[in-house]
Amino acid sequence: MDSVVMRASGWFALFLVTMVLVVVAEDRGYAVHMAIAGAAALIMVWATLTRIDYSALARGILRTPDDKSQYYDDVVRWGVIATVGWSVVGLLAGLFIALQLTYPVLNLGSEFTTFGRLRPLHTSAVIFAFGGNILIASSFYVVQRTCRARLAFPGLARFVFWGYQFFIVLAATGYVMGITASREYAEPEWYVDIWLTIVWVAYFVVFVGTLARRREPHIYVANWFYLSFIITIAMLHIVNNLAIPVSIFGSKSYSAFGGVQDALTQWWYGHNAVAFFLTVPFLAMMYYFVPKQANRPVYSYRLSIIHFWSLIFLYIWAGPHHLHYTALPDWAQTLGMVFSVVLWMPSWGGMINGLMTLNGAWDKIRTDPIIRMMVMALAFYGMATFEGPMLSIKAVNSLSHYTEWTVGHVHSGALGWNGMISFAAIYFLVPRLWRQPRLYSLRMVNWHFWLATIGIVLYAAALWVAGIMQGLMWREYGEDGYLVYAFSEVVSAMFPMYLIRAVGGALYLAGAIIMVYNVCMTIAGRQRAEKPMSDAVYDPAADRPIVTQPAE
Amino acid sequence: MADKKRIDEPTGTETVGHEWDGIEELDTPMPRWWLWTLYATIIWGIGYTVLYPAWPGITGYTKGVLGWSSEQEFRDEIAAATERRAPVLRALASTPIERLPDDSELLQFAIAGGESAFKQYCVQCHGSGAAGFTGYPNLNDDEWLWGGDIKAIEFTIVHGIRNPDHDDTRYSQMPAFGRDGIFSPEEVTDVSNYVRVISGQEEKSESAARGAALFAQQCVACHGADGQGDREQGAPNLTDAIWLYGGDAESIRNTVHNSRSGVMPRFGERLDPVTIKMLAAYVHSLGGGENYVEVAADPEVEVDERP
Repeated sequence: MDSVVMRASGWFALFLVTMVLVVVAEDRGYAVHMAIAGAAALIMVWATLTRIDYSALARGILRTPDDKSQYYDDVVRWGVIATVGWSVVGLLAGLFIALQLTYPVLNLGSEFTTFGRLRPLHTSAVIFAFGGNILIASSFYVVQRTCRARLAFPGLARFVFWGYQFFIVLAATGYVMGITASREYAEPEWYVDIWLTIVWVAYFVVFVGTLARRREPHIYVANWFYLSFIITIAMLHIVNNLAIPVSIFGSKSYSAFGGVQDALTQWWYGHNAVAFFLTVPFLAMMYYFVPKQANRPVYSYRLSIIHFWSLIFLYIWAGPHHLHYTALPDWAQTLGMVFSVVLWMPSWGGMINGLMTLNGAWDKIRTDPIIRMMVMALAFYGMATFEGPMLSIKAVNSLSHYTEWTVGHVHSGALGWNGMISFAAIYFLVPRLWRQPRLYSLRMVNWHFWLATIGIVLYAAALWVAGIMQGLMWREYGEDGYLVYAFSEVVSAMFPMYLIRAVGGALYLAGAIIMVYNVCMTIAGRQRAEKPMSDAVYDPAADRPIVTQPAE
Repeated sequence: MADKKRIDEPTGTETVGHEWDGIEELDTPMPRWWLWTLYATIIWGIGYTVLYPAWPGITGYTKGVLGWSSEQEFRDEIAAATERRAPVLRALASTPIERLPDDSELLQFAIAGGESAFKQYCVQCHGSGAAGFTGYPNLNDDEWLWGGDIKAIEFTIVHGIRNPDHDDTRYSQMPAFGRDGIFSPEEVTDVSNYVRVISGQEEKSESAARGAALFAQQCVACHGADGQGDREQGAPNLTDAIWLYGGDAESIRNTVHNSRSGVMPRFGERLDPVTIKMLAAYVHSLGGGENYVEVAADPEVEVDERP
């Protein structure tokens, strides 16, 4: 009883602190954010005082029994639901801003709905909300199974999940209110950055704690990738966001770096967000879910070692290729380009290991729509990681830089690789997490696959054309030695390509909505009557820790 | 879990002997093409860093055996382009602008260069087709507030319009007849209706007749007795269909009530004289350019390009 009162008092004290901060806040955004934090603290007061067994309640919502002899999957279930939800938010925001570029009237004449504020909402929603949730959820799932041990510190794992959602809410509301640190893919301001650091350290503790409890002699390759992701993102996040707040009662801060050093720090972070957020941990997912779904051994252990170490060693130096032909010194540009080109094969190592794992099971591409998604993901991974080194070559970059080609490149990676492998992992996880014999509908997975694939092809092709056309028009000199096109003429020439891009995005979103329906129906325990397609077999008896942990 | 190596049947490859949650790993060697391509990129990378600026040290960085630098490349390219254009630019600089139309090759060059400069400095207001917008004149037609021959256009570009801190700027000011209480609201309407009549947009009316009297008192000094304007003062012609701020009744009433005073920056201090010459040639070529020759033909006639 005393501890309940203590805890509730603590949360209430926190609520009072946030109310004081609302009053002394120096700007509107900070006040709103502190009010959101206060609301969260009040929810915690209420949750503590009513003393409802929330894990039991959650299990009711999640429709899963509590069983200590099983892996701790509640937080994975929440993570999968969050992933599915945020995917729709992020894709919808993306489609909307694509239409804003096509029809500027959709900026709606309000500061809150301008492209400049919604664009980071889109990028953060897909990268950090959709991508981050599936990474955290899948890492908790995979690390338990490949260690044959129940998750360490389940309470801390719950904090990681809810703390991360709180970070997303603060980031998203901040963008719309115009709070920004003006650092691409790291727009949240200083206090949100500090919060994320705390959550991330907790994530590290849970992950490493589970590794330490493992019942296997070796650490599986997927966990190397997850661990390098967790450690490196912590380092990147902290260094890139070093800043001095104008006031601790205000949202604005200024970077600790200036000029070209600031730009380089930003792109050192920015490129490694691609590396250690969008490549490395998704390869970790690939290394678990592809062999599981194909029911085949991983193609080459040796390749996995060499490509892992070469990938993480080389990737961290590639950032300067974002600053070709700028104030960045030539030597740094050279190194950025060289490391990017050498990165080509280490990147492809992951693709080879994924695709060749299907040796002996190639027929499943025809029969298993989830395998088909994984293969398409790996194909796009391979294409994007060839295109990347190519775009980093200075001669190519002088044409492609600042054009839509870059946007197309990012999206063939993001939609093709990150999206497809995540969807495949979700389709793998949902029936297992909710103890269902199979998905509601594998045919719908097939529909999702085709809508997404056609969407990506339209998207990428439109932006290749747009980007190359843009680059050529910008640099077009007439015979008399003068530029031929005004910037505005190049903008109007983009219209048809922007329209095709938006159509591609809409198709991709349509696929995701089918997934939402499929996942909901599966959780509800329904199965669609349909002609069967093949899927990986699941043995619930084998899906448990080797030694049952005592109750936490 | 236990170290159990076995031969994987479909591939005939031995496993490494580990197993995690049912996942095994094959002991396949790295694909040779993959490994050799990796080596090749590493060797290429080393070679590239020898040739180009690359490795940082304490006090500087390796400059590369080719001696290349992006700054030098930039300077070389600019120098080459400058050299290529130099003869024509020299010719342009030494040709008085009113003589430019005599040399059709030089004129063509000036128009091309002017078009490029126009797209950089002028399209923001005048539009990429130079067709203007409400408050920003259309440069394709033959209506000119301040003169449409090539020299008058050049003067406008150099000195701008209504630059507050510049004595030579083009300057005109119409009184704000309504706001300043010179006309009552009814009188503003009457004058506006009269303007609608002389521009052929409305039938004669009693109000317009009252407006005609007011026009004769207050407006003729600048716009002329027949309302056809006066370029010396920058006063627009009110009898044609071209309107800078709109010719509908509401817009004209607004203009009479509040007056208008658009501003154009002066480019004489931002751009070099040759670029301005080229801009003038381009704008002059758009369709409404007027001939300068008749005044220049007679040296006895003193022409002051300024109003």
